[in-house]
Amino acid sequence: MPEPILQLHGLDAHYGDFQALYGVDMKVMEGEVLAIIGSNGAGKTTLMRSITGLLSNGPAQIKYRGVDISAQRADEIAVQGLAMVPEGRQLFPSLSVRENLMIGAQVGRKGPWDLDAVYKLFPILEERKDQQSTSLSGGQQQMVAIGRALMANPDLILFDEISLGLAPIIIKDIYEALPGIIGEGMSAIIVEQDISKALSVSSRVYCLQEGRVSLEGASDTVSREDISRAYFGIE
Amino acid sequence: MDWLNAIVQGTLLGGLYALFAAGLSLIFGVMRLVNIAHGDMIILAAYLGLTVTTATGLHPLLALVLVVPTMGVIGYVLQRGLLNQTLGDDLLPPLLVTFGLSVIIQNGLLEVYSADPQKMDAGALETASVAVGGLNLGVLPVLTFAVAVAVIWGLQWTFYHTALGRAFRAVSDNQDIAQLMGLNRRHIFGVAMALALGVTAIAGILLGIRTSFDPSIGGGRLIFGFEAVIIGGLGNLWGTLVGGVILGVAQTVGAKIDPGWQILSGHLAFLLILAIRPNGLFPRIS
Repeated sequence: MPEPILQLHGLDAHYGDFQALYGVDMKVMEGEVLAIIGSNGAGKTTLMRSITGLLSNGPAQIKYRGVDISAQRADEIAVQGLAMVPEGRQLFPSLSVRENLMIGAQVGRKGPWDLDAVYKLFPILEERKDQQSTSLSGGQQQMVAIGRALMANPDLILFDEISLGLAPIIIKDIYEALPGIIGEGMSAIIVEQDISKALSVSSRVYCLQEGRVSLEGASDTVSREDISRAYFGIE
Repeated sequence: MDWLNAIVQGTLLGGLYALFAAGLSLIFGVMRLVNIAHGDMIILAAYLGLTVTTATGLHPLLALVLVVPTMGVIGYVLQRGLLNQTLGDDLLPPLLVTFGLSVIIQNGLLEVYSADPQKMDAGALETASVAVGGLNLGVLPVLTFAVAVAVIWGLQWTFYHTALGRAFRAVSDNQDIAQLMGLNRRHIFGVAMALALGVTAIAGILLGIRTSFDPSIGGGRLIFGFEAVIIGGLGNLWGTLVGGVILGVAQTVGAKIDPGWQILSGHLAFLLILAIRPNGLFPRIS
């Protein structure tokens, strides 16, 4: 029986007076790919910010490898092998492509991912390595963001809306590359608005609706009907 | 020849102003902190140098070996213990807190060292000069300018060719995402302030050899530093050197026309550039 790598117990999240998450329970098993779907404003990105430590959490709400990380800072959590490909890429504009990748390795974790491995996965990045990251196309920027997260050699990687704002052909390329990226025992959480894409690469799925989990199930058995009910909240 | 002399002397003076400004430019670039106490920290470094030289008999330039790391430690502790708490979306708290620091440092220096002007004794270095093509250049101003170029080159190299510099730029770009890369921004800011005050220590010692100083003159050095940063454009260290030189030349040329115009003409040159290029000559940060 594999252990959960990440476990959330009744996670609440607030922005000032506004509560964005209500008692979210969730777990990610070792080596599992989990999908989180939900409409705009359902709390998906908030959930990512809570897990990575960018939002402060209540005590004992997030356990990573059995250790309570709720009160830890984002940089302390990152060092333990949790990386994120943030929504909207968010590359560092003052850094070149190569430097953006290098900074992902700042956490100093050993593993299969280094500059050569990332260049092998996305050869275009080697050609563009000395360019400012913002001069790349959206799809290429997304490759840098993915490469930057991989450079940390994470055990758990979070993909927040990686298809947002990209052309369908590029989304297809990136999703085709995903199994090769996630392989080798890495766990992943994929946050997506594109439900069929999310289901196709994951083993289990959670749906969020207005800050609560509205559906949980195996990706290959959940029905369209259940999903649309959980997604839109229509009975 | 007199005019050429004024321009050359002003250029060399600009090196000192660039040293005043480099620390300001660095911390603004990394953490958007405007340090109102920067001038007083220059004077604090000069007094630390004075204490070291009188206590040990060391030459002021050798005192740098002690004063630079001391100021660096003060910078790191100050940033981690106090200034990090003031940083956020609002620019006002760091301004107010560093303004308070400025008052505290000035009065602290007044208590310890009194209001009497002091000067560091650098022996023959103070009066030595070399003749270059009909001009007499003071060795100290030439040395100051060379140090300024070396310091700015060193900072620039650190920024663009080291992991620390990459971290500075990443934190400056996007603090949240930098945290996700395992960078503790509070520590990075502490290191940036340590580096900035290390440079400030060099500026303070060179100032203390060149002229006499007392606890009240920090404000004026802050203004010169600010003007150099803004003329050069925010976030560009070589621009800061150019800004220092423009300010220095404006002052010496002004003084050549009428000795009373020295400071005024520096400010006028600053105003003029601000009117034509509100973002400075070579801005990297808009």
